[in-house]
Amino acid sequence: MTAIGILERPPRTPGLAGASGQVALRALRKYIRTPGLSVMGVVQSVLFLFSFRYVFGGAIHAGATSYVDFLVPAYVASIVLFTGGGIAVAVAEDKVQGFTDRMLSLPVPRYALVLGRTIADSATNVWTILSTAAFGFLFGFRLPGTWQDGLAALGLCVVYAVVFTIVFIVMGLFAPNAQAAQGMSLIAFVFAFISSAYVPATSMPGWLQPFAKYQPITPMVDAVRSLLAGSASDVGLALAWSALLVVVFTPVAVIRYRRG
Amino acid sequence: MTTGNAAPLIAARGITVRFGKVTALDGLELTAQPGQVLAVLGPNGAGKTTFVRCLATLVRPDSGELRVRGQDVVRDAASVRKDIGLAGQFAAVEPTMTGRENLEMTARLFGHRRAAARRAAASVIEQLDLSEVADRRSSTYSGGQRRRLDLGASLVGSPRLLLLDEPTTGLDPVSRSEVWAAVRRLATSGTDILLTTHYLDEADQLADHVVVIDHGRTIASGTLSELKASIGQDVIEVAVSDPRQLAEVARIVAQVTSGPARPEPTGQRVTAPAPAGPGQLGEVIARLAAASIAVEEIGLRRPTLDEAFLALTGATDAADTTDAADTTDAADTLDNQPASAGQNNIGSRS
Repeated sequence: MTAIGILERPPRTPGLAGASGQVALRALRKYIRTPGLSVMGVVQSVLFLFSFRYVFGGAIHAGATSYVDFLVPAYVASIVLFTGGGIAVAVAEDKVQGFTDRMLSLPVPRYALVLGRTIADSATNVWTILSTAAFGFLFGFRLPGTWQDGLAALGLCVVYAVVFTIVFIVMGLFAPNAQAAQGMSLIAFVFAFISSAYVPATSMPGWLQPFAKYQPITPMVDAVRSLLAGSASDVGLALAWSALLVVVFTPVAVIRYRRG
Repeated sequence: MTTGNAAPLIAARGITVRFGKVTALDGLELTAQPGQVLAVLGPNGAGKTTFVRCLATLVRPDSGELRVRGQDVVRDAASVRKDIGLAGQFAAVEPTMTGRENLEMTARLFGHRRAAARRAAASVIEQLDLSEVADRRSSTYSGGQRRRLDLGASLVGSPRLLLLDEPTTGLDPVSRSEVWAAVRRLATSGTDILLTTHYLDEADQLADHVVVIDHGRTIASGTLSELKASIGQDVIEVAVSDPRQLAEVARIVAQVTSGPARPEPTGQRVTAPAPAGPGQLGEVIARLAAASIAVEEIGLRRPTLDEAFLALTGATDAADTTDAADTTDAADTLDNQPASAGQNNIGSRS
């Protein structure tokens, strides 16, 4: 039997890339190996899409475009707002169940926790985005422009996924437990629904329209719609919002993680 | 600071930690030398976990100075982290990953390269007797296996100091003894260990040196026998077959020892300090025989840590701890150890 005492000592402290990779690998394994996350997450988002397309859709007038063409780009762009609750819950669980403590007691760069988590959760969101987009086509969505425009729009959706992953990580870090994290993440629904994503903002009562118009989700979904149509209006504003959210929430996440 | 040629393993000077209005540590003093297992003993809420979190660089002391192998936990946090391995109160292993995957991941996070991480994981698996389950997801593990895996995860970086925060809380008796055996093996192989516990029998089983803390302060420190000796005299313990005779036994024992004789709450035993030791034991045996009382077990023993602890903290403080379910578990594992028989949980005598 090998005595622990003669185990070799690690030659160095892990670098940011290596440590983040390990953190991301663990989160991804957990996601892939838990069907409740990887499969049910997609099922849930497809069911939502189905309901809007076939249940509510008939009653919503989206102007000149058909509702499915109005809905699908916005839905794919904002899907992270519905799946992000899972990120907040996972982060809160790591904190409560001691994983974060273990990580912080190791000689890893402090940024690795946020970076690894962001990489993993962005990847799972890309999976949700792609599978939801595929169902969008199945439910009757057609690209209004070229496939290059479609790819650009998809790329922007991935940018949003990264941005909101960081926001949900912060929610999870501030939540005292997993249930609270789940509850806190419901606030994202307010932003998702009171926007131009599901109905034209102009159909809302006058007092609600300013919120719908000036909150970040509206320019973000509008930018995706305009990219699909081959224009770039709102893209600048959407990227500015994305940058602002990253700049504000990343340091909060790093500092909060450091406190354990 | 230190007069010796080497820095102590742990040196805590006046550590204070406040969380809002709660003072978790209130000027804690502690020194630990390398080459031993140190148990930090105290009731729930005494500050044990906070102290471990300070050592693990997770909590910064509000005042005082805390050094691990001479390195300050605040200023030299990065070097301290290279020297410690933490196994917290919850088994922080990923249930969807196998034992081996968990260990290899942690080894990488300690700074091992891939091949070295594999070797470290394999070695720890063997050392902690996890070979049979190493390639199963840890969600299928028993409580004891999961704790041992967690212990292993804190070990794969071969730390100089292992921090175990209540390593057996919530485990069944079999799992408990598995973890104890693992800790003993580690100690034998030369790893320095600090463990916290509120089970006196655990400290009795594992530790060379005990520090008793309560309300965030050190109230006693020493070797186990010093601690037991600090409350002095031997104890006569009588177990009866018929609980109805307990009062009569208590009366006889009290007469002989001319002091208070205490019937245990379980209704099976009487214990009493016996200043004159063996002579009084003989006298008690003779009188019980004369009264035709059937005795299951009778003996003279050193006081248990439990009794030492009660003497140190006072019964009121000990009453804060309630862990009725665990108490039974603790007693079960100790049936063959008369020296610490009975219920060694702090709360059990309240």
